[in-house]
Amino acid sequence: MTLDEIVQAVRTAHDSQSALRIRGAGSKDFYGGMLSGELLDVGGYRGIVAYEPTELYITARCGTPLAEIEAALAEQGQLLAFEPPRFSGASIGGCVAAGLSGPRRSQAGAVRDFMLGARLVDGAGQVLNFGGQVMKNVAGYDVSRLLAGSLGTLGVLAEVTLKVLPRPTAEQTLVFAMDADEAISRLNLWGGQPLPISASFWHDGQLWLRLSGARAAVDAAMRKLGGTEVADGGSLWASVREQTHPAFTADILWRLALPSTAGDPGLAGLRAIEWGGALRWYAGEQEAARGAAARLGGHATLYRSPESLRCLEGAFAPLSPAMLALHRRLKKSFDPKGILNPGRLYAEF
Amino acid sequence: MMSAMNDTPFSVDKDALLRRLRLYLPPRCLLADEEDLRPYECDGLTAFRELPLVVCLPENEGQVIDILRTCHQLGVPVVARGAGTGLSGGAMPHAHGVVLSLARFNRILRVDPLARLAVVQPGVRNLAVSEAAAPHGLYYAPDPSSQIACTLGGNVAENSGGVHCLKYGLTVHNVLRIRVVSIEGEVFEMGSEGPDSPGYDMLALFIGSEGMLGVVTEVTVKLVPKPELAQVVMASFADVAKAGDAVAAIIAAGIIPAGLEMMDKPATAAVEPFVKAGYDLDAEAILLCESDGTPEEVAEEIARVTNVLKEAGASNISVSQSEAERLRFWAGRKAAFPAVGRITPDYYCMDGTIPRKRLAEMLSAIADMERKYGLRCANVFHAGDGNLHPLIMYDASEPGNWERAEAFGAEILELSVALGGSITGEHGVGIEKINQMCVQYATPELDAFRGIKHAFDEQGLLNPGKAVPSLHRCAEYGRMHVHRGQLKFPELERF
Repeated sequence: MTLDEIVQAVRTAHDSQSALRIRGAGSKDFYGGMLSGELLDVGGYRGIVAYEPTELYITARCGTPLAEIEAALAEQGQLLAFEPPRFSGASIGGCVAAGLSGPRRSQAGAVRDFMLGARLVDGAGQVLNFGGQVMKNVAGYDVSRLLAGSLGTLGVLAEVTLKVLPRPTAEQTLVFAMDADEAISRLNLWGGQPLPISASFWHDGQLWLRLSGARAAVDAAMRKLGGTEVADGGSLWASVREQTHPAFTADILWRLALPSTAGDPGLAGLRAIEWGGALRWYAGEQEAARGAAARLGGHATLYRSPESLRCLEGAFAPLSPAMLALHRRLKKSFDPKGILNPGRLYAEF
Repeated sequence: MMSAMNDTPFSVDKDALLRRLRLYLPPRCLLADEEDLRPYECDGLTAFRELPLVVCLPENEGQVIDILRTCHQLGVPVVARGAGTGLSGGAMPHAHGVVLSLARFNRILRVDPLARLAVVQPGVRNLAVSEAAAPHGLYYAPDPSSQIACTLGGNVAENSGGVHCLKYGLTVHNVLRIRVVSIEGEVFEMGSEGPDSPGYDMLALFIGSEGMLGVVTEVTVKLVPKPELAQVVMASFADVAKAGDAVAAIIAAGIIPAGLEMMDKPATAAVEPFVKAGYDLDAEAILLCESDGTPEEVAEEIARVTNVLKEAGASNISVSQSEAERLRFWAGRKAAFPAVGRITPDYYCMDGTIPRKRLAEMLSAIADMERKYGLRCANVFHAGDGNLHPLIMYDASEPGNWERAEAFGAEILELSVALGGSITGEHGVGIEKINQMCVQYATPELDAFRGIKHAFDEQGLLNPGKAVPSLHRCAEYGRMHVHRGQLKFPELERF
């Protein structure tokens, strides 16, 4: 597949004002609002364009499998520090468009924090280049970061440039027995200390911590924290990252993003806590989820559910009228005819 | 010099504007006499000056809303201003406009040590946040060298960095939430105290938008635990290219230092008599590499860094043995601008970023430009993230001197783009680099920026003439856009 084929497909859709549904590997079809429009499969536009380990960046076409990128990085002892889920064969374009980050997010940052540049095909079929390959660049609005999590509604992410980091030299997993309240309070206390905690996961009365960094720092933290050493931490974190852990098994799964210190939102069905207390997963129908999350200063996403429920509830927390109007104006400036992934983020655009 | 201001004409009736503003603002919040306006005529980029019609000093968000609504209704340009320490003229007033100073928004509203965040007003100084957090063992990571004076609102507008941003990130990585008033007087919250928010990442878009999209009235920042220990390695190199290679070698060894700075010989020569940091004056370049963390971690990293530097050909290596010595090593770097200011009547600070591997090329091109323009230049460099600050020395009182300095600077910026970098790493475009935006970006990208501006500020009243050039301006500037990677050395013969 070539960039020109993507451009042509978008121009044709633009001219005929028909909707396109952009798809990389389709590993996150379950995520977000309605899927509508004619399929624009960009999975074939793939390949690593540039990777310079000492400049700390990688540039890849959107269809490049995450696994391929991570393998190339691993050869040089580097990684994508936001640890995105790979699910079944996820592509880098979809990874950025969905904006989902994994267990290391609380320490390292989210997808948007690692965005350095993007090549975008906008809704009129124009190719736009934002950002670049350098670590610091404040010329022009930071469109590259805006694209992370925009679910393809502002353009087809044809190519992305991400900052990469060295792989920590040592990692160790610890487990503690404690209830959810205690886990949240401990995680916040530890968060205020200079400890190399790179991931946390609570499920069913147990809290796992991952320590990452220099050997000496990990060893010192282990002495300080106590807990029980877990021999095969790697497979646990892989199951959290890929959400194959039983904690995530539910027909309906809510994702609550909250201030890390937020108290109990009063919902039943707490399945897991991640990100130092800031990410909480609930199973089952939760009529109160949106209101409870908002009261605590966060928001609730209907993460996994039958499509009928997502149509009814919307996948994402509703925006205020002024904020929705601003979203629509932004959307219109990138996609004047509203042809790119309509309804995938919000039903209104 | 001021022609950017003519991009969009405004006609404003000053008396009518004042009559309206007096309805909302007490006399202490409104300046309109020339002697009161004079201190606001420029920011840190003193070569560009303009007197505003009026300066407003609101004391609460309600007044900010009233001012913006009034300006929106009357079609009056608004330039928001923090401490005015910016180096790109981003806060330079508009001749037909209002300067909206956030100086009185100077309260720290909340420090939450458990949640590791602080809620502050935009006029709070950067360093004041870390001072307020210090009793809890926490601090605010971005540390621009102006941090004793610059404000959080200005940091948000410019996406400010600092010497520690390679490891700890820029403003965009350390701000959780902002409260913004639009030109129409509408209040928006962007971001949250949680890890993310629904919809587009407006927070990321807004940070670094140079006062073009709205006025910030509240900022929630992330606080991070203070490392137990920090130590600095100082290394001398007989050749700048070798120093550049040493930087790459440190990264290749899997080390992300807390700070990684380089100074060339003219910079150390200017600094040493001023601060007596103990710099090697025979070296063509010195590197400062900071490690922080637990004592165990620091010892391990310092040993690794020292080995890498030795292998990279460092002629002299010393490691700070006390906090006092660490601060002394840094003092020279932090005082580089004022030190250069002592040896020249005026200096012009540039802010390009380049891929680190192109450093030697850039420095040798700058040496050629020194001869071409007949001006000296000292270079300090955030080596870890490729952000170069050439300090071009000139004398504004000599006719033609500033024009040569400006042309020298423009050539450095355009070379930064040609080498695969950017015209600005952390100082912003402002008024200063508005022409070079036409070099860095092609028409479709500039149109996209204008589209974003339009979505937030349809009439173009917020900071007009800054950050994003008009189509007309780019046509007038007449330079070809240089796309990264497509044009190798088209201008090589020029230096």
